[in-house]
Amino acid sequence: MKKGHLIALGIIAVAIAIILTSIGDASSYESFTTALEMRQEGEDKAIHVVGKLQKDAAGQVEGIEVREDKTSFTFMLVDNEGTTQKVFYNQPVPADFHRSEQVVVIGSYRDQKIFVADKILMKCPSKYQETDVQAAGI
Amino acid sequence: MINTFVGNFGHLTTLVAFVSALVTAFAYSQYFKANELEKDSWRRFSRVSFYIHALSTSLIAVSLFEIIYNQRYEYFYAYSHSSKALPVHYMISSFWEGQEGAFILWAFWNVVLGLILVHTNKFWEAPVMVVFSLVQAFLVSMILGVVVGDLKIGSSPFILLRDATQAPIFDLNPDFVPEDGTGLNPLLQNIWMVIHPPTLFLGYASTLVPFAFLIGGLVTKKYAEWIRPALPWAIFSAMILGMGIIMGAYWAYVTLNFGGYWNWDPVENAVYVPWLILVASIHTMITFKKSATALKTSIVLVILSFILVLYATFLVRSGVLGDASVHSFTDLGLSGQLLIYLLFFMCVAIFLAVRAWKHLPTSEREASVYSREFWIFLGAMTLGLMSFQVILPTSIPAWNALVESFGGISNMAPPADQVGFYTKFQLWFAVVLALLTSVGQFFWWQKIDRKTLTESLVAPYVISIILSTLVIVLAKVYDWKYIIIVLTGMFTIVANAFILIKLLKKSTFKLAGGSLAHIGLGMILIGIMFSSGYSEVISMNMSGLTYSNSWEDEMNKEHVLLWINKPTQMKDYTVIYRGRQKKAVGIPEYVPAKILASTGEVNEAIALEDYKAYFKKGDTVQLVLEENDYFKIDYLQNEALQFSLSPMSQYNEGMGGLISSPDSKIYLNKDLYTYVAAMNDFADPEWKEDETYEVSKGEQFHVADFVAYFDGAEVLKELDGYTLKEGDVAVKAKIRVLDYDVEKLLEPTFIIRDNQVGKLPVIDSELGIKISLENILPEQNKFVFKVNQYQKDYVVMKAIVKPYINVLWIGTIVMLCGFTVAIFRRFDEFVKMRDKGIE
Repeated sequence: MKKGHLIALGIIAVAIAIILTSIGDASSYESFTTALEMRQEGEDKAIHVVGKLQKDAAGQVEGIEVREDKTSFTFMLVDNEGTTQKVFYNQPVPADFHRSEQVVVIGSYRDQKIFVADKILMKCPSKYQETDVQAAGI
Repeated sequence: MINTFVGNFGHLTTLVAFVSALVTAFAYSQYFKANELEKDSWRRFSRVSFYIHALSTSLIAVSLFEIIYNQRYEYFYAYSHSSKALPVHYMISSFWEGQEGAFILWAFWNVVLGLILVHTNKFWEAPVMVVFSLVQAFLVSMILGVVVGDLKIGSSPFILLRDATQAPIFDLNPDFVPEDGTGLNPLLQNIWMVIHPPTLFLGYASTLVPFAFLIGGLVTKKYAEWIRPALPWAIFSAMILGMGIIMGAYWAYVTLNFGGYWNWDPVENAVYVPWLILVASIHTMITFKKSATALKTSIVLVILSFILVLYATFLVRSGVLGDASVHSFTDLGLSGQLLIYLLFFMCVAIFLAVRAWKHLPTSEREASVYSREFWIFLGAMTLGLMSFQVILPTSIPAWNALVESFGGISNMAPPADQVGFYTKFQLWFAVVLALLTSVGQFFWWQKIDRKTLTESLVAPYVISIILSTLVIVLAKVYDWKYIIIVLTGMFTIVANAFILIKLLKKSTFKLAGGSLAHIGLGMILIGIMFSSGYSEVISMNMSGLTYSNSWEDEMNKEHVLLWINKPTQMKDYTVIYRGRQKKAVGIPEYVPAKILASTGEVNEAIALEDYKAYFKKGDTVQLVLEENDYFKIDYLQNEALQFSLSPMSQYNEGMGGLISSPDSKIYLNKDLYTYVAAMNDFADPEWKEDETYEVSKGEQFHVADFVAYFDGAEVLKELDGYTLKEGDVAVKAKIRVLDYDVEKLLEPTFIIRDNQVGKLPVIDSELGIKISLENILPEQNKFVFKVNQYQKDYVVMKAIVKPYINVLWIGTIVMLCGFTVAIFRRFDEFVKMRDKGIE
């Protein structure tokens, strides 16, 4: 066997290893229901859940509870299937959290009741909204 | 009044630039084909056409800047990316905050590069410029803003606000011009954001040069000759792109709050990958020049680096990354156009390469293990695998979009722990690379067999072991992974330093580029290992609070709550939050925010007290970006103030809330990095119920958590802001409030006019209390105060120590120097050959 072939084989082997770990380590988008099922099956990998903050009738965000030392908090997230879930985040409340249109939580169920987010991604409303023009102008 | 001229002019120049790009491409292709007689006139025509293109492209940029600079908020671009409060140098950042501005910048750099190429090349001018003009046509089309039927081509930065939005105000008054813009994203209000994007885009633009030479070479059947002129540009491109990446990393470190310089965010990955491929292509091109091998690999790599830049642009700007990235670029509807741009050049390049493939010279001889080609090839392959490992997971959102466009469902998400995931591969690839550079450099500069190799490697090996041991022992590196990194990094530095010294002794500095760049790599490796691997959060919460459920207690609380004036222990330091500050024009230090009151004008305030020698009470003070608050954090050791840090935060309604930037104390051997993660919002306090106190002069009482003294009252002759009439009585009470080591004098006032009582309460937002003098009871000699509480001012803060981060920054500078030296050498070679008439 020529050395060139050996190198080629080596490269292919590493490339395959990369592909496999990428698939293996890739997370997935889930709903709270499927996330809980995964948890009960013993899968504790961090997954993504996309949802919106729970709002009251007046459209105000509700259910945010900040811990006494203000370094962590819980909030209520409604996923795309409509399931509401309490989520714990071990960080201070991000500044524009209340305003976010969509929240992606990355983490897993701690127990049946609470979902612990390791990371939160927020999608905020576009900064120039049509109706804002007037307000900004006056 | 709406100024439509600039916008129309800008739009016109865009059209001219687009058309002239196409004309230039056509003209140069004719020039290339033309016979000797017609050649001169075609050349003249092509050049004139390109000059027109260059001029109009520059004028697009000028028009857009005019709109921003003259605050023409009737234009959507100025309205949404700028504001009155912005200093001029940040207006430059406004220019490229929007995607259209970024495309203009890119096109502008291409024009600059094109002008240089026209004037430095002879033979290559025509084929290279055809490729250039076509790329320009695509780029300018991104900002055309032409609508043909349902098809929208490009997004113009010159549209008026009233056309961009359907705000109701424009129905009433079509000539309405907003008073102010919505402002520049505060994260971009940083000096690095003024220079990072142009650098990065010059890097992007310059990847086109080697690609254009390659395409020119393939078309003209000069399959190998393109490498010489392309090489200095490839190195230039790698240098600039690398510099752009580093600036971006440094910007992230000094302005963003994620606590580091690199986060493996998709947007970062998207520039890192083309850079790796670019570096790999440089190495194979150099090998080819020396020994006529690796031509095919070079071709593949050069094509890849250019296509990957386009792919990166596509990922970042098409909106496909969606919620996978914190860098949110909205979709301007350009994704289709970007995809066509990408596919067009990919198909052309692949077609030409395949057609030429069988004509390409290959060396049949198998590269020996003791040849430099072998080692460089391994290095290039490692770089290739490194980029493959990064681009694959980064593309997951694009993969999902692809599956969904065919009606499928894909719920794959990028790895949850990005940093851990990428690091576990990239780190070891980097170790392999570092080893290859040191061995490879020895092969490069001398013919070597097994015996000489061992001989020449022994000395660097021994020295690096000794140095590494010192580092490991002194810096207490006890993790086996980190020990390996110190060893390889040190070996890279020492081995390449040996080569460097040898080269400097024998010949000139001109040849030193490679070894310098590799020394930089070794330093970067060690710097990253220390600053990231040993980065330590020192703001561990030591409040001792416990929660109802036990698992929350086990989680590391990496933030600490600081009440104003209250000393809090944090690792080796005692930290005290001392309140908010503002930055004022012409004053070298921050000014306490509490002694400034807004005048209602942008960036202007009235001084409520004298402040050092800088201003007197009642003076007007000009502020630098009034929305910015700088939180003063004192660090004490042994009860002595060591230093103060002032991390910044800006509350910006228009931008969606609060944006913070860290502040660092920089030591030679470490950085102490501090940022504010949350804070008190006292703009609209919810006052608690009234508390009433009846006190006589000299009495001590407790207000909220504070000890207070009533020091007496005085009758006022005059009162700020009020004209006292005959018969009016104004009384000011003096209350001293003690909060730790701070003593505050609060003076509520009480006015009687025509038997009517007026009260002027005092609000202290730092202490979170409001005191008013309610009544005076002369018969009991007592004063009645009403107190409302809110809450004391506080910040939640995080502090991280990053050891030896300077090694990383110095390493990057060394590496960039190496690149620069190499550029000069290779350009010199090209010029010599060109002047001989060979190219």
